[in-house]
Amino acid sequence: MADNLLYFTELLSMPVLDLKGKRIGRAKDAALVPREHAARIDRFLVGGGDIWLTVRYDQIRSITLDRGIQLSDEQLLPYHDDEYMLRIGRDLLDQQIIDVTGRKVVRVTDVTMGLHHDGQRDILTVLEVDIGVRSIFRRLAQGVLPWRWVRRIQRRIPPNSIRWEFANVVEPDPLRRLRLNISYDKLEEMHPADLADIVEDLAPAEREAIFDSIDSEAAADALSEVEDPKMQASILESLEPEKAADIVEEMAPDEAADILSELEEATSEEILDEMDSAPKTEVRELLEFADDTAGGLMNTEYVVLHDHATVSDAMAALKGNEDLLETLNTLFLIDEEERLTAAIPLARLFLAAAESRLKELASETLIQVTVDETQDRVTEFFDKYNLLTLPVVDDEGKLAGVITADDIISILRQK
Amino acid sequence: MRRLLERWRYHILIFFGVLGPGFITAMVDNDSGGIWTYSAAGAKYGYLPLWTLLPITVALIVVQEMCSRMGAVTGKGLADLIREEFGLRMTFLVMALLVLLNLTNVVAEFAGVAGSLELFHLSRYVTVPLAALGVWFLVVKGNYVSVEKVFLFASLIYITYIISGILVKPDWKEAAINSVRPIVMLDSGYIYMLIGMVGTTIAPWMQFYLQSAVVEKGITVKEYAASRLEVIVGCVMTDVIAFFIIVACAGAIWSVAPKDLNNNPAEAALALKPFGQYAFLLFSGGLLNASIFAASILPLSTAYSVCEGLGFEAGVNRRLSEAPVFYVLYTSLIVIGAGIVLLPGFQLVKMILLSQVLNGVLLPFILIFMIVLINKRDLMGEWVNPRWFNFVSWATVVIMTGLALALVGISIRG
Repeated sequence: MADNLLYFTELLSMPVLDLKGKRIGRAKDAALVPREHAARIDRFLVGGGDIWLTVRYDQIRSITLDRGIQLSDEQLLPYHDDEYMLRIGRDLLDQQIIDVTGRKVVRVTDVTMGLHHDGQRDILTVLEVDIGVRSIFRRLAQGVLPWRWVRRIQRRIPPNSIRWEFANVVEPDPLRRLRLNISYDKLEEMHPADLADIVEDLAPAEREAIFDSIDSEAAADALSEVEDPKMQASILESLEPEKAADIVEEMAPDEAADILSELEEATSEEILDEMDSAPKTEVRELLEFADDTAGGLMNTEYVVLHDHATVSDAMAALKGNEDLLETLNTLFLIDEEERLTAAIPLARLFLAAAESRLKELASETLIQVTVDETQDRVTEFFDKYNLLTLPVVDDEGKLAGVITADDIISILRQK
Repeated sequence: MRRLLERWRYHILIFFGVLGPGFITAMVDNDSGGIWTYSAAGAKYGYLPLWTLLPITVALIVVQEMCSRMGAVTGKGLADLIREEFGLRMTFLVMALLVLLNLTNVVAEFAGVAGSLELFHLSRYVTVPLAALGVWFLVVKGNYVSVEKVFLFASLIYITYIISGILVKPDWKEAAINSVRPIVMLDSGYIYMLIGMVGTTIAPWMQFYLQSAVVEKGITVKEYAASRLEVIVGCVMTDVIAFFIIVACAGAIWSVAPKDLNNNPAEAALALKPFGQYAFLLFSGGLLNASIFAASILPLSTAYSVCEGLGFEAGVNRRLSEAPVFYVLYTSLIVIGAGIVLLPGFQLVKMILLSQVLNGVLLPFILIFMIVLINKRDLMGEWVNPRWFNFVSWATVVIMTGLALALVGISIRG
């Protein structure tokens, strides 16, 4: 098995021989053409005299470490246009890629390829991207020591590689991304917090590339998980306003408002203009409050019922708000004047009969704050009363929004 | 009017928002090696070396500005860029040299700790291990924001040098004249001192540190103007402090009798004693602060750069099992650095001098990488170097290389 592997560093500067066995140059780089095949080395770039030549994979007879690359066809084209090529040496080696399974950003040191004979010719396919000490040793020693020695010594060093299928190349240029068939579908399936960690490790241009191409929902989730508010703002700012608006619409209104308030006013207006009217109004209202007050912390995602409603009414209301279910833990009751009257812990519904009044299930004391309450005081309330959700009311006692425990955890972590 | 105030407020906020990397780097520049080099220069040559500070300041600003610009535009550290543009072998070579060089610098920092506290009759066998432990814990167990605050506060302590410079009552007229009158002598001691002065002020490791810190802080091209201002203010402050150190030593030591400082890095502080207890305390306290300050940043920055360049995971927020290379490197730099100081018969001053001269000799090497990188249009776009920047930075390379060669030549001829 080991004999069928070839490292890119070994391929580099291998002699290339024509039909008569005469040397025409050395391998300078190898490239994939992702639109044709995701892993097969499709082109070899050969440097001899002044110009580089392109060798297609089907012009090769054999590739061996001892003798080099033997051609089966000498009609070689000069190397020029490479827009559709992912060049291993130039585009991959020493660059950063995303390890999708390991969920981190890594730097490529070498590439492991598999060598097999398909009856007519030797074909190379990219198997793994190498990182870590073993590949560093190989890179440094290649050309200094004979390849056999390098292979023998490196066996003592534990390998560290990523399967090619799980390696995601980051390309800031959208046009090139299209030509090279690079997509970030795999990233969309990651946990948003992991994706956020990856994004934080990348340079701004690459960061933008990812947010620009993944779908708005995944982008919104990941953006909320990015820890630094400044970075969140600069990501949003770098996107087209329409795309930014799509992402903001998918976010919880309070988080959206927090990020928008970090932006310069003109930019955040531009994004707000592109938003649909319902989320826009909510976000706009939240933007009115100062960051460090209850109003600035709250969100407007809650379920509210009239205070004569029954458990079955509550069930019906929940059915209409399925998107909230993941985080919901309290229901609120209001009177005719929309004033908050009670809070019902969601779990109590399970034990109650369908026709019983919600009011009877309410918490004994109603704990609430007004929109201008300070952040410190809000945090204190959460600690003192062991809250998961705290309702926020305006001057007239009308329910304006809720603060949830995850908001408080973020605040405490930032301190 | 209100708009104007608003805008002004906005700019001030941005300035304080980005305050940190550039300022800290510039300050940490005056580490124990720096202070010793300036003291020695003042003690031996009096006011004569003052003229170098002006060109050094310009060069320092240009170099630091290039780093912070590269960081802001590319969002990548210097080691990252060297790796991506020059490949693994070159990176490995640069990193190997950087580790060796920085190890001598770490030794110099701990020598500063030992020297300054020995003035108060505290044994280095107690103070150095304590300082090493303290530094290790501060960085590994503290968080970045609080550590940065500690560092910013430590920067303020450098003012002690200005005060002690004034307390000595030096000859201000002489100082003023010599600040603008260049004098070059082909004397190996003088050239050695010049290389040391440039090398300590524009140290190679600082460029790596600054660029990473700018990236870490998330400074973008938009806030770049504020960041540049910070770099300039920091660089000027650095050399103002250097000025006062030289002046203090010229006034206190040279004017009595020119003298080589080669027993203890804190010898200069001792010489200030006749000018009052305060001058002495301020000078030695400043040295202690500078040494610990730099000892906290240097090993950390080195470990970061190496891991960045070679592609290992790095960061104090990662666990040991996640970033083993980072922690091993960081810890060994501190342990070995502090350990060398404790070797019996170790000469504090020789090592400090060596580290500063090595800094100076390796600087052109790093500078060339930086100049090549910052002139790449596909990397920097419209932010490539303006012509006069290239001029100043190439001039620094040429002068430093010339000085290094002159030194070699003079020492060969004996």
